[in-house]
Amino acid sequence: MSAIRVLIVDDHRLFRSGVRAELGDSIEVVGEAEDVESAVRAIGELTPDVVLLDVHMPGGGGQEVLRRVLGAGSQVRFLALSVSDAAEDVIGVIRGGARGYVTKNISGRELTDAIRRVAEGDAVFSPRLAGFVLDAFASSEAPPIDPELDSLTQREREVLRLIARGYAYKEIAKELFISVKTVETHVSSVLRKLQLSNRHELSRWATARRLV
Amino acid sequence: MADRETIRDAAPVTPGEPDPFPRLVRPVQGRLVAGVAEGAAAQLRLDPVVLRLAFVLLTVLDGIGAVAYAALWLFTPREPYEGKEPARDWSQVASYAAVGLALLALGWLTGARTGGIGAWPIAVGGIGSLILWQQADPDRRRRWMSTTVGQVRRNRVRTFAGLVLVVVGAIGFLVATDELDAARPGIVFTLVVVGGVALIAAPWLAGLWKELQRERRERIRQEERAEVAAHVHDSVLHTLTLIQRNSEDPREVARLARSQERELRNWLYQPKQDADASLAAAVRRVAAEEEDAHGVPIEVVCVGDCPLTPELSAMMQAARQAMVNAAKYSGSSVISVYAEAEPEEVTVFVRDRGAGFDMDQVPEDRMGIRQSIIGRMERHGGGARIRTEPGEGTEVMLTMKLEKA
Repeated sequence: MSAIRVLIVDDHRLFRSGVRAELGDSIEVVGEAEDVESAVRAIGELTPDVVLLDVHMPGGGGQEVLRRVLGAGSQVRFLALSVSDAAEDVIGVIRGGARGYVTKNISGRELTDAIRRVAEGDAVFSPRLAGFVLDAFASSEAPPIDPELDSLTQREREVLRLIARGYAYKEIAKELFISVKTVETHVSSVLRKLQLSNRHELSRWATARRLV
Repeated sequence: MADRETIRDAAPVTPGEPDPFPRLVRPVQGRLVAGVAEGAAAQLRLDPVVLRLAFVLLTVLDGIGAVAYAALWLFTPREPYEGKEPARDWSQVASYAAVGLALLALGWLTGARTGGIGAWPIAVGGIGSLILWQQADPDRRRRWMSTTVGQVRRNRVRTFAGLVLVVVGAIGFLVATDELDAARPGIVFTLVVVGGVALIAAPWLAGLWKELQRERRERIRQEERAEVAAHVHDSVLHTLTLIQRNSEDPREVARLARSQERELRNWLYQPKQDADASLAAAVRRVAAEEEDAHGVPIEVVCVGDCPLTPELSAMMQAARQAMVNAAKYSGSSVISVYAEAEPEEVTVFVRDRGAGFDMDQVPEDRMGIRQSIIGRMERHGGGARIRTEPGEGTEVMLTMKLEKA
């Protein structure tokens, strides 16, 4: 298997070199960018497999990069990487089209794993993101507008709960007696719902958090 | 230029693809009376101000405006709106009413109200001022609006009531003394003089108002800056100093950095919650205290929240003991805590990926697990399960049924 080609987008030089040093041999860092402009340009020129995307950056942040690159029809995959715990940041980049969200204190091995997973087209949820999603989809006072998109299945809920409890995909598979591939399928399906659902609670919930 | 404003005004409440042929609805946001003008403006991609003035003008001329407005009000559905309805901007309503009254007075003074040829100057003048309004550059227009609206708003009720009383009183007096006809030219000239003075003074008043606003904004900004600076000084700078003084002790440095990170995160992202009243806040506080005490990072994820009952407080003590055990004995580099509040039940998981142990090998007298966790939970009507195997880490699961209030 050839190395996965990765572009690191972050406005902190120190952090970029740190990530570069931590990533294993299966990852090839093809470039770095430090703001929205250079990121959009580098993605166009280098066509990386995966873009490691910082959420807060000069010039509009990660969401602006997502909007411009994915809006232009690019198929490149994004993994959001941030120090932020704010719900609207997390939900914002995921709804913007990122395939996963991890916090910056993730270990090098876990990050390598997450990049590989995103490169293969799967989704990556950190425990905190799983918690946010459970929270957002939890209240079921109003009937969902689109039952297919606006609610989670029992199995998806179980998988998210285990992620929130700190289980790795392999451990979840063992716990639920399913394959790792099935776990990945469930998480990808949650990601799709998160991106496409126009459930009222989701936006209202994120708005309520922002007011705090 | 006006288009830019219009698009912003007409922007849908929820983001998404704008519908090329939107249905005429009466929005709640930005309405003055019933939202008819606002909705129609969005439909026609016009400035709502234009439509409102048109309604006022038509009402003054023959009353058509009021009839048309009422008809549209009846036949247009209200836009669905979530949450508390925003208050109407009464000062704007007052301005439109004032414009209407002024036009009415002018019509009466010039005798044009009865229709016929005399009505034309008013119509022409009205259309002219609409065009002027549209042509004025947006900055200046906003300035006009903000100065007049702003000043009226300050004590709008009193100003408006006073104006009405004065006008009614004056007209009543003149009618009673049969001198209304004689006073007509006087009134016209007074209006002209007042108008002239207003024209001269307006730029100066506007400048004054703008200056005042700027100063107020600046003051608020400075207060905010001072508060942030105070916080940074008390916490971040203090910690950085401590880290420099402890630079030989990597464990202590990591603990300090972690504790500061947590505090800053809470300050930035977490709602201010009372840790004695809310479950999520209590879990976070317990985790923070044990993290500080043992220097092992504890990652907390909370889903839902509920008030803290005595049973849940006992549960927090059991959870604390589970965290202490994980931090002290497991050797795990990170501990995951997950708390979920459901309508009937609260669940807390404390998990490490450390050494694990054999439950059967734990001596009867080890108080930590048997008494502080399992025993405590059972005494308060809850339950505790522990899953562990040597080398597999440990997970403590606590459950507590909630009594329906």
